[in-house]
Amino acid sequence: MMNTQPLQQTLDHWSRFTLRQRLMRYGGLALTLLVVAWALSSIDVIWEWVWDAPAQMGDLFGRMMPPDPSNLPSILEAIWQTVNIATLATLFAVLVSLPVAYISAQNTTPNRVTLWIGRFILVSSRSVNTIIWALLFVAIFGPGIVAGIVAIMFRSIGFLGKLLGEAIEEIEQKPVEALEACGASRFKIVLYAIVPQVMPAFFAVSILRWDINLRESTVLGLVGAGGIGMILQGAIDTFNWPEVAMVLLTILALVVFGEVVSSYLRKKIL
Amino acid sequence: MLKISNLTKRYGSGDPVLKELNLTVEGDQLTSVIGSSGAGKSTLLRCINRLVEPTSGSIELNGTEFTALNRRELRVARRRIGMVFQSFNLIDRLTVMENVQVGRLGYISTWAALTRRYPREDIRHAYELMERVGIAHYANRRADELSGGERQRVGVVRALMQRPEILLADEPTASLDPKTSEQIMTLLRDLASELKLPVIINIHNVTEAKEFSDRIVGMRYGRIIFDGQPDKLTNAEMDEIYAGVPAMDRAEVGAVA
Repeated sequence: MMNTQPLQQTLDHWSRFTLRQRLMRYGGLALTLLVVAWALSSIDVIWEWVWDAPAQMGDLFGRMMPPDPSNLPSILEAIWQTVNIATLATLFAVLVSLPVAYISAQNTTPNRVTLWIGRFILVSSRSVNTIIWALLFVAIFGPGIVAGIVAIMFRSIGFLGKLLGEAIEEIEQKPVEALEACGASRFKIVLYAIVPQVMPAFFAVSILRWDINLRESTVLGLVGAGGIGMILQGAIDTFNWPEVAMVLLTILALVVFGEVVSSYLRKKIL
Repeated sequence: MLKISNLTKRYGSGDPVLKELNLTVEGDQLTSVIGSSGAGKSTLLRCINRLVEPTSGSIELNGTEFTALNRRELRVARRRIGMVFQSFNLIDRLTVMENVQVGRLGYISTWAALTRRYPREDIRHAYELMERVGIAHYANRRADELSGGERQRVGVVRALMQRPEILLADEPTASLDPKTSEQIMTLLRDLASELKLPVIINIHNVTEAKEFSDRIVGMRYGRIIFDGQPDKLTNAEMDEIYAGVPAMDRAEVGAVA
């Protein structure tokens, strides 16, 4: 009885953090607010334009209405071009990314040098944005659809290679061991033990990338790399707002279409 | 005949897992290797087909010195050794027939492997073996649709497709329920005598080992401390195989060294 008395006194009090931890947390919060305030004050915001925005939005919307379908044939042709850019680029990127994934996965790469080559390809492809790739390839191939395809492809190789490489690294090693015990060659091990295990990830990743590419290829035209973006740019430059509205609606329809197709394929294949 | 002499395996710079081990297996006998976890049973089996690279010693199968082979020669030589695994090691998304034909992958062309055009002789052989173990009606099913016992039968047929000179089984029944486990052991024993095939089985279940084996090898910390017929395995010897803590044994080795 004598012993439990002081114990109970100490046990009826509990707090999640010590005083020191609490001070640290408040300090962290204050620091974050300070950084945000500093960031806001250091950028040059013209506040009249910000307050003005709702009115401007209404004005622009008014000028866009109703959308002008008179140019619809050429818009549809451009959107078809956009779909082709995305699809062809995804196809080529998938083909190129397979060997890249193979050499950048820890468990299949032949040696350290190839591993680093693979990783270098992945990083350099992923660290450059599609628009920047497009600017580069417009300069090389000239404006048009080829530059668009190559730009999307270069950006996709990193994405596909990275995710496929990770899928290869995550495979079950046990079938590989069994095939080695049977005396199968390296290539047959890839064919029978690795490919079947990576297949689901392969389709999932390819479909996802096609979906992303569909959306990315709509802006390629802004830098002259073909597709619907070219018409959009032209319409904005000539203040043809009803046509801009039409283009935006078409892009919206395209994105919805891509979403529907890719979720259908996912369900069908996986 | 498989002749293992002075086999030592050391991982890194630690204590050897196998210590100057000698073992000869011949005829169509079924040899069970027993011993507590960490005794080196699995390492011993994997050293035979060099899935684990032996540190020193010799492994000779019907006149071929396995430790002397280069990579290419080893691949060819491995076709002569069948192996069955604890977790079956099948390719889940492939059909039973494809899994079974994996045993012949070393023999067929890459193109035939890719297009799944297997030689008729191999297909006939596969159906025969599948019929023998009772899975022929599953030929077109995916491997992951089968139960544990059925999957292990696929594993056994895959190994037999190699027309091996010896069969290694690494705890083939450890993932199975007692009844299925007994069926698989019966199957392995019968196949050993039908095909005149020596079989080495790593096994934890001593009762099963005694019931089905022609010979029992008891291992403890990398050494063989019992080798004889099942009825010679007394309780005292069992205790010796399974008693003791690794640290004690290692300390002993340390003192000698």
